[in-house]
Amino acid sequence: MASSDTQQTTYNDDVVRLFTLATIFWGVVGFLVGVLIAAQLAFPDLNIEPYLNFGRLRPLHTSAVIFAFGGSALFATSYYVVQRTCGVRLWNDKMAMFTFWGYQSFIVIAALGYVTGVTQSKEYAEPEWYADIWLTIVWVCYLLVFLMTCIKRKEPHLYVANWFYLSFIITVAILHLGNNLSMPIDITSAKSYSVFAGVQSAMIQWWYGHNAVGFFLTAGFLGMMYYFVPKEANRPVYSYRLSIVHFWSLIFIYIWAGPHHLHYTALPDWAQTLGMTFSIMLWMPSWGGMINGVMTLSGAWHKLRENPVLQFMIIALAFYGMSTFEGPLMSIRAINSLSHYTDWTIGHVHSGALGWVGFISFGALYYMVPRLWGRDRLYSTKLVSMHLWIATIGIVFYITAMWVSGIMQGLMWRSYDSMGFLEYSFVESVMAMKPFYVIRMLGGLLYLSGALIMVYNFWRTIKGDVCAKEQNLKVEGVAA
Amino acid sequence: MSWMKKHEKLERNSILLLGFTIVTVLIGGIVEIIPLFRMETVIEPVEGVRPYTPLELAGYNIYIREGCYNCHSQQVRPLRDEVVRYGHYSLAAESMYDHPFQWGSKRTGPDLARVGGKYSDEWHTAHLKEPRDLVPESIMPSYEFLLHKPLKTYDLRQHLNALKKVGVPYTEEMIEDAEKDARKQATGEARTDISSLHEHYGENVNARDFDGQPGKISEMDALIAYLQVLGTMVDFESAQKVEEGAQ
Repeated sequence: MASSDTQQTTYNDDVVRLFTLATIFWGVVGFLVGVLIAAQLAFPDLNIEPYLNFGRLRPLHTSAVIFAFGGSALFATSYYVVQRTCGVRLWNDKMAMFTFWGYQSFIVIAALGYVTGVTQSKEYAEPEWYADIWLTIVWVCYLLVFLMTCIKRKEPHLYVANWFYLSFIITVAILHLGNNLSMPIDITSAKSYSVFAGVQSAMIQWWYGHNAVGFFLTAGFLGMMYYFVPKEANRPVYSYRLSIVHFWSLIFIYIWAGPHHLHYTALPDWAQTLGMTFSIMLWMPSWGGMINGVMTLSGAWHKLRENPVLQFMIIALAFYGMSTFEGPLMSIRAINSLSHYTDWTIGHVHSGALGWVGFISFGALYYMVPRLWGRDRLYSTKLVSMHLWIATIGIVFYITAMWVSGIMQGLMWRSYDSMGFLEYSFVESVMAMKPFYVIRMLGGLLYLSGALIMVYNFWRTIKGDVCAKEQNLKVEGVAA
Repeated sequence: MSWMKKHEKLERNSILLLGFTIVTVLIGGIVEIIPLFRMETVIEPVEGVRPYTPLELAGYNIYIREGCYNCHSQQVRPLRDEVVRYGHYSLAAESMYDHPFQWGSKRTGPDLARVGGKYSDEWHTAHLKEPRDLVPESIMPSYEFLLHKPLKTYDLRQHLNALKKVGVPYTEEMIEDAEKDARKQATGEARTDISSLHEHYGENVNARDFDGQPGKISEMDALIAYLQVLGTMVDFESAQKVEEGAQ
């Protein structure tokens, strides 16, 4: 063992490869279910009772994209990044492999529950108690593998990406335990009742729900950003000081923002006001992170012109900046009174999910796949570009349709005629949505098509092919 | 920068970093959540709010199972248009026995907090069976299968018992009679004795055949029983008279 220090560290990339494949697979599944439920809203005959009704498929979509696609991407990249920034192999190969099979089986257990009607009815925390316990076990193992790898590192400092990953893992654990406290009706039954009721359960659910966004979909993916953007640009992070300020202010402020989901409800006003205040403050750390990411390209802007992988990452940061501006705006009570319950919220979520989470993950995947399978380059850079533009147009379709229709919906609900009566019945607002639901579905279809192009590109890359037209092109930087 | 030097300690010690992170993320949650458990400042006691009958509870669970909350909210905000469209704004006490709350976050369909009593049972049955028969522009899925699915009543005792453990004031008698009470409520007043049901849950209980299939207790019965009680427990009209009288 004495000689091991002089040897090249061999990383555990088996588990990273598995999570990478899972990310790609669940991404396609999640986008596909998304397109299906978008189509159901425009064409209700596509509902097939009871298993494939919208009400059962919507949690399937959200869980597939957030936890299956996003979660697998976080596992893959965190294991990839922590080994390379700590200069050591993952702690405990067996436990790391258990986190893969454990997490994938959690996804399947949860998904089977949704279509058969097993749900706690808490958004983004739908799985019932038995699945929650299983996830807790898997998550503790994840924390152990990640933390122990950090502890046995050879580098003196823990790199900033790992702070974000670590805070994501521990905070999600806290949120998961807090929000899922429940009483099963029987040890042999899937059904349980939440320990909390009414106002308290609402507050705890949105403390969880908003921080599923804050820590699962933000902190974790910022970890990704802090490693892959500097790597792909081959530049150091713009400001180390900003990273520190960004990290602590983001994780401190995010936790408070949950009550903005409960404006004008029976939740006490003081809690609503706190939620709104901190949501507005959250704008600053969010943009601090965006600036730190984008400015990392200082002195390397020319790379952006030719490198579609870098373009993915920078557009991701742009969408991050946009949705973290829109979020605080929508958390203001007066604006929320219009936007809440409408499709504006759905549009907001998707500019974050498709634009930020999706694009930064695609960027990281395009970076990792050739390296993980020992290829010199991707099969085709052209196809990356094609994916980028088709997906971007898809997002634009999606979010503009939801902006227009959401605001229209909100205005129709509160519009009065000259006599002072409500001008529209509810169903008139439903009818007015239809063209926008169709546009949204087309946007989703474009996004899905982009992902399928990526799948093809990866399949050929892993096979070891290089696109004939691109064979003579010089490719910069890709050498593991 | 001296604070950056100090920060180095955290960057060099993963456990310390983890500890600081935990403390940082706990503060906001503690400040916002813990005070809500001092119930008396959060939920004003309101007359009329009672736990669900076993049949209504079964309906609540079907509502959850089918994911109705994905498209329907149950929270009328104190805004002029909502009060005109749906009725009195929602009170905290009205969801105090919902484990968990069903306030929702999206109105793809209308709010249901006060849907109870607005439509007839026949309307609900026909609408759930095929929404577009009654509202041609509706995009709601059909739930015809609820009519054909017999309601599972044998485990209702376990349901009430679990809820009792988390604080819903069901008595031993209510738990004991859960299955019987559900059958009584769903089969209609004319043919069965409903006195114990009223003894347990008060006079404000709808007991009748909800789904138009007198010989059968279907999941449709339970769901409609639940929908018909939503927002009706508090008598706002008489409360208003009392308020006006006091002025």
